[in-house]
Amino acid sequence: MAGYTENELAKDLENQEYKFGFVTDIEADTVPIGLNEGIIRLISTKKNEPDWLLEYRLKAFAIWKEMTEPEWAHVHYQKPDFQAIAYYSAPKQTKKYESWDDVDPEMKETMKKLGISMEEQQRLTGVAVDFVMDSVSVATSFKEKLGELGVIFCSFSDAVQNHPDLVKKYMGSVVPMTDNFYAALNAAVFTDGSFCYIPKGVRCPMELSTYFRINAGGTGQFERTLVVADEGSYVSYLEGCTAPQRDENQLHAAVVELIAMDHAEIKYSTVQNWYPGDKEGKGGIFNFVTKRGMCESHAKISWTQVETGSAVTWKYPSCILKGDYSIGEFYSVAVTNNYQQADTGTKMIHLGKHTKSTIISKGISAGKSQNSYRGLVQINKAAHHARNFSQCDSLLMTDECGAHTFPYIECKNPTAKIEHEATTSKIGEDQLFYCMQRGISEEKAISLIVNGYCKEVLNQLPMEFAVEAQKLLAISLEGSVG
Amino acid sequence: MIKIENLHASIDGKEILKGLNLEVKAGEIHAIMGPNGAGKSTLASVLAGREDYEVTAGSIDFDGTDLLELSTEDRAREGLFLAFQYPVEIPGVSNINFLRTALNEIREYKGQAQISAKEFMAMVREKSAIVELDSKLASRAVNEGFSGGEKKRNEIFQMAMLEPKLAVLDETDSGLDIDALRIVANGVNTLKSDQNATIVITHYQRLLDYIIPDFVHVLYDGRIVMTGTKELALELEEKGYDWIKESIDA
Ligand SMILES: Nc1ncnc2c1ncn2[C@@H]1O[C@H](COP(=O)(O)OP(=O)(O)O)[C@@H](O)[C@H]1O
Ligand SMILES: [Mg+2]
Repeated sequence: MAGYTENELAKDLENQEYKFGFVTDIEADTVPIGLNEGIIRLISTKKNEPDWLLEYRLKAFAIWKEMTEPEWAHVHYQKPDFQAIAYYSAPKQTKKYESWDDVDPEMKETMKKLGISMEEQQRLTGVAVDFVMDSVSVATSFKEKLGELGVIFCSFSDAVQNHPDLVKKYMGSVVPMTDNFYAALNAAVFTDGSFCYIPKGVRCPMELSTYFRINAGGTGQFERTLVVADEGSYVSYLEGCTAPQRDENQLHAAVVELIAMDHAEIKYSTVQNWYPGDKEGKGGIFNFVTKRGMCESHAKISWTQVETGSAVTWKYPSCILKGDYSIGEFYSVAVTNNYQQADTGTKMIHLGKHTKSTIISKGISAGKSQNSYRGLVQINKAAHHARNFSQCDSLLMTDECGAHTFPYIECKNPTAKIEHEATTSKIGEDQLFYCMQRGISEEKAISLIVNGYCKEVLNQLPMEFAVEAQKLLAISLEGSVG
Repeated sequence: MIKIENLHASIDGKEILKGLNLEVKAGEIHAIMGPNGAGKSTLASVLAGREDYEVTAGSIDFDGTDLLELSTEDRAREGLFLAFQYPVEIPGVSNINFLRTALNEIREYKGQAQISAKEFMAMVREKSAIVELDSKLASRAVNEGFSGGEKKRNEIFQMAMLEPKLAVLDETDSGLDIDALRIVANGVNTLKSDQNATIVITHYQRLLDYIIPDFVHVLYDGRIVMTGTKELALELEEKGYDWIKESIDA
């Protein structure tokens, strides 16, 4: 039985407003708004970066200036004004925390609201949390235990200072700055993020977890995450997001790069719960993320994501199956409600022989929202005996919402085996009635049915995350049947 | 237990129930028989509170409360159970999770504490034995990939778990072979007490060899047109419904 009680769920359901819509009142150190070379130099100076990184940023900025923002058929939004954003915001913090007791009480309160009390997490779950609030990591735990194994898990800024060789070697190796408009922007102005390195043959004994948070109003957030799993190592990485309720749209353009060397495995799980905008579609986060992993031979990368937030989501966690016998997996639940728009999917690029990919995508559309799945399965010439299985299901909660599926298959090798299944269904009146006849309220019935529908994906998540994901699904679909 | 008076109900503007009267007391088993399309499933749906149906006249008293005033889920929580003619599948939701959710919602409504995992599992074991339901089925998704017979047995299993005051069994016997029929009937008989009551809707007299009804009613054209004892069922089996039609229409 799930370790999650339906009571908790009932309590959550009582809360109609966006649960995490609060603002932490901490003094922030912000650079002037706008984007130019001067700002980039200022960010780099503030972060005390080496010259090569400043050059990297400036080069990316030059490339970005030449690019135009992409357009998609099924996504409509007011494009962000890139000159109206402050590109750096750090909580004013003169000293780093030696221990949990030193952490700002206000910050602790924030974490409590997020449901991630560090004490609890540390004691009960064995999760090491690297908490990022407005671009700067403020609390890191389990450093020592990880250190014994040679695992590096720190903020990106710390990695730049303490492990410059690793950063220099791998940064941009999977997602080059030229990749796309948002990746170039991120490369120019990224402020912080997480870095993780697992040495050869080490099985990371705990889930590594980072909670991101957008806090200062009007601040774009440009995270950069780099996970390197050396030969034969294993790591499970969790990323979760909540954001305070805001009127103006906030831009988020992260880059996540994963590198799984020979026989290594990376499990990357995301629960994304950013402010989606109000019922009229006002406000909310724009989430344009580039996530990609590189698999060497016999390596495996699994992306699991539960997306319930953001006004606009544009995101395709992808795998480059470069090595023979490498495996890529993508498990996704994307929920849209009210006026939310999501355009998500994955790209599986098969280069090596006997490479295998699995795509399970579950879209849930409610309100007047639009939910698109866009997937590419590419089998290259040398990828003999590659295999792919894709399943894309759409669940409609109302008659006004939309679900669109765009599966692209490019196959250049005749030995490939590709299977694709797709279904679209409307949430069943009969199912709801059946549940309600057994005494289950409509809200809870919806939650049960939707969680059942998403089960294959939720099963991929670590337990604590699965619990959170189930609650989020329930919250984001409140009163959504029509 | 339940008293239905002059019940009129329609769907999509078409009147199906046309002044139905029925009273069932605690400890009783009533059988409702009648030709196809007579309104038997409609009666079950109206009792359970399906929104598609509009009650245009009449009253239903359920153990002192006005049933028609209650929502579907509150009717269930008050102790009304419907074994569906066509149980639906709920993919990905285990029977166990489904039932625990239902049980806890009913308990909460009654101001009782949540059932503990241990207590719940003991109950599952005990109740699934009554209908000889494989314990594997209890942990599988609700009705998903169940055979027709397994679905019907699962309905009785759920009934056993939720311990309703009044159970309405809509053609629970249809599609069952003789062994399954005996198991289902045995389940119903085991659960029978002087505190609860059962309405058995059926087409065939056969079920009534195993579940002995106190009364047999004939539902025809939206009304109970005849009431008797078990012998009436035998007579119907023998003569069909035409003689009733004739006597009514005459
Ligand atoms: N949506 C509907 N619109 C109109 N008539 C309906 C609808 N659903 C059911 N009916 C009719 O209601 C009558 C009673 O059906 P039902 O209660 O299922 O009968 P029974 O269970 O006795 O076989 C039938 O004539 C059927 O055609
Ligand atoms: Mg019927």
